[in-house]
Amino acid sequence: MSNITLRVNGRAHTVDVEPSTPLLYILRNDLGLQGPRFGCGLGQCGACTVIINGAAVRSCVTPTSSVRGEITTLEGLSKDGVLHPLQQAWIDEQVPQCGFCQNGQIMTAKAMLDRNPHPTDTQIREGMARTLCRCMTYYRIQAAIRRVAKGVA
Amino acid sequence: MTPATTIPAAIAELLERHGQTTSRREFLRTSGMLVVSAGAAAFAGPFATSVSAQAAGPYPDPNFRQLDSWIVIHQDNTATFYVGKTDCGQGTGTAFRQMMADELDIAYASTTCVMGSTDVTVDQGGSGGSDAIQTDGWPMRRVAAEARRVLLEMASSRFGVPASALAVSNAVITVAGDSAKRVTYGELIGGRRFNVALTGANIDATTGVAKVKPVQDLKIVGQSPQRYDIPAKVDGSLKWAVDVKLPGMVHARNVKPPVAGATLVSIDESSVRGLPGFVKVVSKGNYVAVVCEREEQAIAASRQLKVNWQKPATPQLPGSDNLFTFMRNAKPSSSQGPTIVGNPDAAFSSAAKVVEAEYDFPFQGHTAIGPAHATADPSDGQMTIYSNDMKSYGMRNGVATFLGMPREQVRVVWMEGPQGYGRTAADDAGFEAAYLAREIGRPVRVQWMRNEETAWDTKGPAFTFKMRGALDAQGNLVALDYQARSADYCHLGYNEADTVLISQLMGTRRATPAAGSAATPSNMYAIPHTRTVAEVVPLPLVWETPIRTGNLRDPNGPQSTFAAESFIDEMAAAAKADAVEFRLRLLTAGTSDDSGFKRARSIAAIKAAAQAFGWDTRPSPRPVGNGPVLTGRGIAYTFRSQTVVAVIAEVEVNRETGRVWVKRLACGHDCGLVINPEGLRRTIEGGMLHSVSRALHEEVAFDTEKVTSVDWNTHPTLTHADAPERIDIVLVNGDPNPNRPDLPHYGAGETSCKPTIAAVANAVFDATGVRLRRVPLRNARVLAALKAARV
Repeated sequence: MSNITLRVNGRAHTVDVEPSTPLLYILRNDLGLQGPRFGCGLGQCGACTVIINGAAVRSCVTPTSSVRGEITTLEGLSKDGVLHPLQQAWIDEQVPQCGFCQNGQIMTAKAMLDRNPHPTDTQIREGMARTLCRCMTYYRIQAAIRRVAKGVA
Repeated sequence: MTPATTIPAAIAELLERHGQTTSRREFLRTSGMLVVSAGAAAFAGPFATSVSAQAAGPYPDPNFRQLDSWIVIHQDNTATFYVGKTDCGQGTGTAFRQMMADELDIAYASTTCVMGSTDVTVDQGGSGGSDAIQTDGWPMRRVAAEARRVLLEMASSRFGVPASALAVSNAVITVAGDSAKRVTYGELIGGRRFNVALTGANIDATTGVAKVKPVQDLKIVGQSPQRYDIPAKVDGSLKWAVDVKLPGMVHARNVKPPVAGATLVSIDESSVRGLPGFVKVVSKGNYVAVVCEREEQAIAASRQLKVNWQKPATPQLPGSDNLFTFMRNAKPSSSQGPTIVGNPDAAFSSAAKVVEAEYDFPFQGHTAIGPAHATADPSDGQMTIYSNDMKSYGMRNGVATFLGMPREQVRVVWMEGPQGYGRTAADDAGFEAAYLAREIGRPVRVQWMRNEETAWDTKGPAFTFKMRGALDAQGNLVALDYQARSADYCHLGYNEADTVLISQLMGTRRATPAAGSAATPSNMYAIPHTRTVAEVVPLPLVWETPIRTGNLRDPNGPQSTFAAESFIDEMAAAAKADAVEFRLRLLTAGTSDDSGFKRARSIAAIKAAAQAFGWDTRPSPRPVGNGPVLTGRGIAYTFRSQTVVAVIAEVEVNRETGRVWVKRLACGHDCGLVINPEGLRRTIEGGMLHSVSRALHEEVAFDTEKVTSVDWNTHPTLTHADAPERIDIVLVNGDPNPNRPDLPHYGAGETSCKPTIAAVANAVFDATGVRLRRVPLRNARVLAALKAARV
């Protein structure tokens, strides 16, 4: 066990954990940030996605000790009570069915749009391809991303 | 009596936000609305004790024959509805609010809906069978209508005018012609009880005196308020079942047998005893779990635990590569039919043309995006289980039986979870958490790992089909021979204490395994001569097997409809007829119909899909093009219960890679009275795309010892790359008797799953001229078929 300081959603937290512990468990169980969820523990599905230094990162396979820089979780997307445009687009488009994977969908889309605010349909498909939804809401997710990319939301 | 276990503040706050205040149970108790059940279930369970099942506990059943069990009016003139259903992600809670608010005459926004927690909501069975709207919606509407009637009666007494002189709008009652006389529902009864008894032989029949409104008077039904659950799902504020944290809670992970049919010989506990946070290894029979203080510690310890397993003398599984050969040669454990209509033998022998084909459909997994999980709290000798179980009431009963506890000491607090689609009808984790919690004496959170979930979850049964059809000289389908075989023996029930996996692993055996079933086609075709056989064959290993079948969304419909509607397409092609016209001819030739007017509605659904798609009339296949990408379209139609659906798929087939892309989907859908059109559209979309995934990607692979599908690479699913470019859905709502006052609302949760696989396969045939009779249409299989046909 050792003390590790994490900067999450604008706040610093120091936790005493085994350094190799995947970040997901620290966020969920120690910091109470449960937007990221366990789906596979293998980095395959994306349900655990957080943003670290602008990149979408799979926290289930990220050792806590390896994290450098600011972490943003789903809970940190809204600012001053105003939803992020992607979150609003998700509501406007009524995207989720069960919603369990949507943390990963929203966070992956956020990192993608931050890099490329106006992706083509092909770029959206490729950029999101590894983030899985077992309710198969892909069609609505892509529509919601296009709303934001085109400035509709 | 021991008091109810306290729900932690964070969870209580969540439940309260959704209207489920912790005082709710007190409200029910003091109003005499809790009934104590008599008698224990027949199966005593492995932990049966001398505890009397009659002993009262803090969690008796809410009485469905009391209006107060369903509806509470608050002083601020809002209402909370308490219903015995759960939401698998289709927004049914929003639909319940619409139906009940409409009958009650209260604004939708002034209502909330509490679902599925066994001690505060009546037992409507939870989710399953797409019956939430179709069946359970009726008692909800009737009790809301009864509440409105009672409130009008109260206002009538207050103002001294007959109820007929009163008007009500948005929970405000006024006296006609006297605007000064005005009272709100909240003023009449807010915070107090109705104390009105309801009648009904069972919960589905629950009714008061009032009648529901005629369809023409419904104002909220038919609108599309946004789902109330979505904002908290996209801002991260919702607490799901997987998020429950309790004081003193420990974490558990299971250790599964490494091969099917293995027997536990010994456990070397010293292999994990020194690990940080280690609490205990718990085992009984072949069930093994490791419990640690922290989650990552439990994961590490479960991987490090040394267990000595004895493999069975011979491998117990047929292997997925050999599955269909095995199934064809197996002796059926049960058989339906042959059901004979007309004289099929004579029709086949005098036919102008006979077509024969065999179809294969593998096991497919539920593979929920989040593995099984639950948290159980054993405080005060009671058991509270926090679970996403779609059949929470069944889990409560099953756990009580399993642990030998009185039902009144067990409750399930239902919370949101990853999609159910049948997986959580046989929910393992809740039973495991409850067992471990009692063993440890502390709250226990259990979560399966990905490889465990994908390998050991319940599977949709594999099928083989043998089809034969006869055309007359005019190209009419005059005879059809349908033989289906499913590997569905020992189909899992709903949270039964003697069939959940933990119980099997502990050695419990039911005398007679569930028989399972093999579906027959669902259509309204007029085929004069038919022979229909539906058989079930057993796999060698019946118990403690990772190939255990359960209800996967429309349990056997996608399989049977894949074969049935692919074969209708084969017959249309043999007759050189257009696939839509061929089906319409079979439908219009019929004279019989049923009370649901399914034949007329089937015709309307097919026509609507064809029109939305822009279907051009011609036989399939189209002439094969020259480029690398071949395009085609295919249709399939069926019904499920009273809901009819036609799906048209347009595909692109890459002849160089074998990749199939479902570029477009068009759907004609009729589920009677539509409650929430936009919510319904998304449910229909989800159903179609679930089946596109099953058509293109999904198959459970296994060797002779174990399931080798253990993650998203080895049991792949649809991805963003596969998403269609366009989806058109026409809500036909084809009531053949328009404007009648009683158009029923039918279910929609599974119907669109049913024909979509056949529509995709038919489209591939149209594009390539190659008939693929084996699901899934993965690239390699498609490419090999194209090469074999020199396409």
